[in-house]
Amino acid sequence: MANTTGDLEPTHYPARRAATVALHYLNTRHGSPHMVFGLQQVHKASAEDVAAGGRNYSLDFSVTASPGGSPGPALRCSADVLFPRTEQHTPPDVQLRCEALQEINSTAEDEAFYQKYIAPDSAVSAQDLPDSYGNMSEEMQPFWRLGRVAASFIMLRESSENTELNMVQVANVTQQESSEKQLMLDYVVLLHDLPSQEITQWKLLASWSPDRGVRVLHTEWQPRCPHATKPPN
Amino acid sequence: MKENYRRVHSQNMRVYLAVFALLAAVHCKELFNGGQVLRIHAESEDHIQILKELQRDVDSGLDFWTHGVSTERPVDIRVPHARLYAVKDFLKENNIPFTVMISNVQELLEKEKAEMVSNAKMERSTKNFNFGAYHDLDTLYSFMDTLVASHPNLITKLNIGNSYENRPMYALKFSTGGVNRPAIWIDAGIHSREWVTQASAVWIANKIASDYGVDPSVTSVLGQMDIYLTIVTNPDGYVFTHTSNRMWRKTRSVNSGSSCRGVDPNRNWDAGFGGPGASKDPCSDSYHGPYANSEVEVKNVVDLITGHGNFKSFISVHAYSQLLMYPYGYQCTDVPDMSELHSVGTAAIQELTSLYNTRYQVGSICKIIYQASGGSIDWTYNIGIKYSYAFELRDTGFYGFLLPAEQIIPTAEETWLGLKHIIEYVHNHPY
Repeated sequence: MANTTGDLEPTHYPARRAATVALHYLNTRHGSPHMVFGLQQVHKASAEDVAAGGRNYSLDFSVTASPGGSPGPALRCSADVLFPRTEQHTPPDVQLRCEALQEINSTAEDEAFYQKYIAPDSAVSAQDLPDSYGNMSEEMQPFWRLGRVAASFIMLRESSENTELNMVQVANVTQQESSEKQLMLDYVVLLHDLPSQEITQWKLLASWSPDRGVRVLHTEWQPRCPHATKPPN
Repeated sequence: MKENYRRVHSQNMRVYLAVFALLAAVHCKELFNGGQVLRIHAESEDHIQILKELQRDVDSGLDFWTHGVSTERPVDIRVPHARLYAVKDFLKENNIPFTVMISNVQELLEKEKAEMVSNAKMERSTKNFNFGAYHDLDTLYSFMDTLVASHPNLITKLNIGNSYENRPMYALKFSTGGVNRPAIWIDAGIHSREWVTQASAVWIANKIASDYGVDPSVTSVLGQMDIYLTIVTNPDGYVFTHTSNRMWRKTRSVNSGSSCRGVDPNRNWDAGFGGPGASKDPCSDSYHGPYANSEVEVKNVVDLITGHGNFKSFISVHAYSQLLMYPYGYQCTDVPDMSELHSVGTAAIQELTSLYNTRYQVGSICKIIYQASGGSIDWTYNIGIKYSYAFELRDTGFYGFLLPAEQIIPTAEETWLGLKHIIEYVHNHPY
């Protein structure tokens, strides 16, 4: 199936996996404590092999912006997602354009959140967002969203034509001392890969400010079982 | 005064440390048996100093229930059994008055737990049941009994065999009579972490029961067909998601030669078994197992289906991804009935979407989600059960398995509309 080139069925997984990669890219660039994007639908897709070795997917799809929580307006996007064919895994390359991106923003809420938690004695710490029952306090939701955005850096990097990654939980978030006016957050996140059904655990250190957005400074795959020896890729 | 205090104090600290070392050896077992909660009334500055020292000593094993030491309010301390005499002697020697508030902590904990258990069992009517919440296995089993008791002429609870860890597996059989009528099978929770499926199945069971005699379509179907519904198709896994690992997917069988447990129960069926789309690694979440039907949970269903011989539809409910799928998973070739299955599926999700605008896609497993071998609906299709479908319920990855409880009922409601369409179609197209 993954060898199909030419026009792709938009509801089938090859197109959807490529769109998921584009979504991760979108979240790394435009995600914030009050804005996370979700994939709504793929409208059109095609794939072609490229000379340098690899396959490029051209996509026409819609995403939903979720400012502050409830599903928001749909945005139309187009993207080129290139999966390189190298012996060792190389992250995909994404070119992305979404219309009306500049019109949706959560600046006011983000700014208020920033002012509240950049205070010197702020030391937020939380576990299991959401918990087993899908519950999460309102206060913790921006930290979950930031975790989602930070995890998107990892998911983008780890993606291939054979993966479809989602973050299923923020296992832990601990605020570190602020550095250069950035909120510093230590995360442990759980990712789920649909094709293999595996759950992987990653530790990461992220910074965020309204000006600079999310940056991921350090990532570390963590084994979940004592006998596991290497990361899936 | 102060000298005396120090001498007494350091002597007793040594006692505490010795006792603590002993206790550390049996740390994992019941820490609360024989423990008491003492209420202490500090009457002077000296008392306050002593209590503060005690509070600061993290090795003492004393659990201060109140914070802040003063002469104005009593201080409550939970004292483990092993230290009880030492602490009481210590308080007496220093003339610090105390009373015993809770004379046996373990006893109280057990009473509390028993109360919780009896509360859970006290659902006399399904009207009290909270369908918008996730429940543990005992509560779900108790609900089944309540449902059967309120609809004795419609529903029976069948024990279809035991799980690996010897838990009973139950199917609810909805039947208005006849002998071995053509039947529809619906299973939920074969993958234990997909909690919205067991929760939706509970709601759906209740819906079928309350719709019978009221809704013309349900009443008509049940006039000629039976419905079998398993709410928890993987009970061992479900318990494990509550007690140990919320993300557990597989059964809990022991894999010989490996420290990893469990087999993916939806890679263990006899359809392309062991082929691409399943793992040979026991530690993998898609491990197919040593051979087809190795898992007793799968075998129990296989035996029921083959023994019955008259099932016309088999529907397996999973989460997440918002998909309605038909065979095959083990290969990407189209099944002979693809056209019909696709159009029935498309109509079913139109019904589903009509309620809350939840978008679903329809297609074969292999094309829409991934190639997967040893899946249940591939096996059922191959033995002649034409209308074999698999649902993947909400959501599309935002919360994934950890779907907020407030979405349970909307999910169940919309899923029911899709299911109902398939059921009606099957009823109207006997074969």
